Amino acid sequence: MAQFNLPPNSVIGKGKTYYAGTGAKNVKRFQIYRWDPDSGENPRMDSYEVDMAACGPMVLDALLKIKNEMDPTLTFRRSCREGVCGSCAMNIDGTNTLACTKAIGDVSGEVKIYPLPHMPVVKDLVPDLTHFYAQYASIKPWLQSITPPPARERLQSKEDRAKLDGLYECILCACCSTSCPSYWWNSERYLGPSVLLQAYRWIVDSRDEFTGERLDDLEDPFRLYRCHTIMNCTKTCPKSLNPAKAIAEIKKLMVERR
Amino acid sequence: MSAANKRPLSPFMIGPYYKPQMTSVLSITHRATGAGLVVGTLLLVYWLAAAAVGPKAYEHAQAVLGSMLGQLFLFLWTWALFYHLANGIRHLFWDAGYGFELPDATKSGWAVVWSSIILTFLCWLIAAP
Repeated sequence: MAQFNLPPNSVIGKGKTYYAGTGAKNVKRFQIYRWDPDSGENPRMDSYEVDMAACGPMVLDALLKIKNEMDPTLTFRRSCREGVCGSCAMNIDGTNTLACTKAIGDVSGEVKIYPLPHMPVVKDLVPDLTHFYAQYASIKPWLQSITPPPARERLQSKEDRAKLDGLYECILCACCSTSCPSYWWNSERYLGPSVLLQAYRWIVDSRDEFTGERLDDLEDPFRLYRCHTIMNCTKTCPKSLNPAKAIAEIKKLMVERR
Repeated sequence: MSAANKRPLSPFMIGPYYKPQMTSVLSITHRATGAGLVVGTLLLVYWLAAAAVGPKAYEHAQAVLGSMLGQLFLFLWTWALFYHLANGIRHLFWDAGYGFELPDATKSGWAVVWSSIILTFLCWLIAAP
């Protein structure tokens, strides 16, 4: 159901402020969304003043510094710290991106950090991605074929391989899907940009023999056609991929096969 | 209630939490102008119905539409029509698979904004009594 306000238990209150120690010269203020499942309280925004003279350049560096030196209860996902794993996806300064590749210097004023939008929050900056992963599994993201596997690899021409460029690089960070207003309001039935880009990755793969079945599965007013080309997905992708275009290509294939 | 049920929903609204961007703002404007066109069409039906009822009713309708508020509404309706038309053409290009690179989408967006404004003024200049 389209929802334009936060439910009562999700309204954000004011939190605590953690000040940088005296002697800090270059102070940057981070406002971070906090929610503790054990407290029984509503979410709140805590402020942290970080001395940039003793902090790395990326938002993830600041988060780690806060967790290590100011407040060990701050909870977030991170792993590779170089834009490969997609764990530290969050809403930073009003758009979804990876904390590890977002430069603090690119944000003017306070850095506001929220979890990925319109998701159930597990704790602080950690959203529940169960449903997102289930949707990914639903498009059968693996090679499907009837012909028995050849003795060697399944070969592919250079041209066919090139069709996967811009698709296979997706790290499933969910930045795009959770930036999409259609996904906010129809995520039970709409697959969202990330999963549809993945679906297209298998549809155009020359080695896959289930293209028709894959298209059949997507031929649905909600699963595919809730995309209205708002383009928040392409705008926000931290890997500079183009989910909006991938979805348009699926729609074109739907028309072409009629 | 299980823990999963009382989990809060993370903030999402465009404006306070998610940055409004040209692409998303033009998209919501497309929907708003679409809804506005329906309201304008009701007004057109009112005008035609008044003409069918008789001279007195027609005169009254002319006065309503000729008033400052009526003219303003008609002007906005004209803009909504041209905006929806121009952005509709943009959607046709998208449907054909063109214009998805971000610089192109920004350019076509500005083209829609300016053409809708220019066409609205042109229309009123030509049609002005």
